[in-house]
Amino acid sequence: MSTYTEKMKETARRLLQECRVEMVIGFRRGSQPMMNEPCVVRKPEDADELVWDSNCGINLANYLTDRKEKIGIFAKGCDSRNIVTHVLENKIQREQLVVIGVPCLGMIDKRKIAAATEGEILAVTESGDQITVKTAHGAQNFAKAEVLQQNCSVCTHRNPVIHDEMIAEPVAEQTDVNPYADVADIESMPAEERWAYFEDLLAPCIRCYACRNACPLCYCPTCFVDESKPQWVGKGQDPLDVRTFHFLRAFHCAGRCTDCGACERACPVGINMRLLTRKLNKDCVDLYGWEAGLATDTRPALDIYQANDPENFIK
Amino acid sequence: MKVIRIAKGQWAEGLESLRKSMRLIAPLQEKGFHAFQELAPGQAPELAFQNSRLSPKSLVFPQSETMLTYSLDKDDPEHDIMKVAPKDYGPRAVIGIRPCDAKALALVKMNFDTDRYKDPYWLNLYNATTFVGLACDSPCSTCFCTTAGCGPYHQEGLDVLLVDRTDDYLAKPLTGKGAQWLAAAGFNTGTDGTEAIDQARQAAEARIASTVETGNLRGADTMALYNADIWADVSFACINCGTCTFTCPTCWCFDIQDEVYRTKGARMRNWDSCMFPIFTVHTTGHNPRDTKLHRVRQRFMHKLRYFVDKYDQGIMCVGCGRCVRQCPVNIDIRRVSTLMNRVGADARCAAQRR
Repeated sequence: MSTYTEKMKETARRLLQECRVEMVIGFRRGSQPMMNEPCVVRKPEDADELVWDSNCGINLANYLTDRKEKIGIFAKGCDSRNIVTHVLENKIQREQLVVIGVPCLGMIDKRKIAAATEGEILAVTESGDQITVKTAHGAQNFAKAEVLQQNCSVCTHRNPVIHDEMIAEPVAEQTDVNPYADVADIESMPAEERWAYFEDLLAPCIRCYACRNACPLCYCPTCFVDESKPQWVGKGQDPLDVRTFHFLRAFHCAGRCTDCGACERACPVGINMRLLTRKLNKDCVDLYGWEAGLATDTRPALDIYQANDPENFIK
Repeated sequence: MKVIRIAKGQWAEGLESLRKSMRLIAPLQEKGFHAFQELAPGQAPELAFQNSRLSPKSLVFPQSETMLTYSLDKDDPEHDIMKVAPKDYGPRAVIGIRPCDAKALALVKMNFDTDRYKDPYWLNLYNATTFVGLACDSPCSTCFCTTAGCGPYHQEGLDVLLVDRTDDYLAKPLTGKGAQWLAAAGFNTGTDGTEAIDQARQAAEARIASTVETGNLRGADTMALYNADIWADVSFACINCGTCTFTCPTCWCFDIQDEVYRTKGARMRNWDSCMFPIFTVHTTGHNPRDTKLHRVRQRFMHKLRYFVDKYDQGIMCVGCGRCVRQCPVNIDIRRVSTLMNRVGADARCAAQRR
């Protein structure tokens, strides 16, 4: 995917030169291995700082919320689905956007690579499906498929669902994946074991809210955990309050989450809070045959009523 | 005070003797990362680490701490009276804290221990603690302590400095408290290690590969830095999470909250973050820092400029690099300092011309 970079620079430069957009949102090279920094390019001559590789896991739709400008934005499959959700929820107008589609072969998981590497990682490079990790002791190679973010390894929407330009030909979609195997495992746990599992899952949380803030869905002007009049949730480290935050946030994303993985990626203490949102994604598929962000002309599952909606939860 | 040689064979036994008179806190590995935790009997500190994922500031400044408790029960003769919450301020030692994190506590102390205000919660924990630092021989590529007024063998804030060698530790007592700690452990083999420590220090300092540039900031025109055109670009990626401030050893902001359940109440303080929009919301609803540009600028200006203006004791950063490594969108204080410093060079000249 790093071969996309040149085409991206050209596209951004052209869109800016032709005044089709006022700004282009993309990534620039990060200062850390396996990190790129979301950035905005406003002048054609600055388009050269744009970059693309397997470290662009932050969801750029997050940077569109309530913007008024005419914007060019690079969008891999999940970003495009969140742009669709943003359009449906009136957080941006479709006409404001030039969506530059980026067919995606998945983003790499920096924690997985760090865990499999001895010593501090000094540099990570990629060539095709090979990832090379350099440390003070030498170099180590990984097959990209082995070190993908978990959401990418089970992704079935790698190509953008909407686009005005494309950076490359669409890639083949994965078909033989089960995105919900681990959710089903948790569902099958006895209640007590499941409770203990969640307690352990959320124990390291420091309530920095990186998961919430990296999420394009979490755009409330004041989040329920930040409200003080009335105050819904305690602000300390009481596990009850920490759980309330994570569980309620997940419910607020029901029927909206595209499993882009930005939350888990952003977490400084490595919590897989996606397990919560994915349970709700699974429910949406099972109950309503619904996946978020696929079309701008269909209301989301939890926005509409249909006569045949399942009602067996009413006892 | 004379350098003490602690043979590694003596180490565990010494710690067990110490445990009779104090709690011992040291890095232990948990879920793949090191965190400072109390040692159980027989448990050894895990010192083969670069640094803990989170800074050890929570040992004296817990993320969430009950300060006062009260009863709202009208039948309780002591209702509505705030009482100090009971705490364990018994002696304890933090073993293996890195020099950067110890220096960070010394910086934070300037805020919690002033002529006008003495924060009892912070100071009671700080004063109850003996800080046994571990010199840093294999720094991370993101460490920039030597340009942040600190270093891998820096002694400020420590009571003892340990230097890890193959078969032994060299222990340099730095305070009376440190000397007492060594004596209580039965570590009393004096040695002439001053030169060895100095050589190791120089070698370690040479391994620090990265820097912050702040040379032009101290004398620069504040408003020129504040109004510089760098901030929109610096802050664009920021998602306003608290990762940088919560992992930072020198960030010390907190929020006070009352939590009441039925008739029992507690007044507690929780870490707060200048990155959060609600951090500065006034009771009127007005927010003087209502954009992320304002907030990101505040963080860097506070660390690199306002703190210098207030105390003139260097920057409010020790170069541990945690914010660099953990920022989800890779905002890097080293890059920001370079940009600020460049503005600072021009702004200083402008200030001189006036």
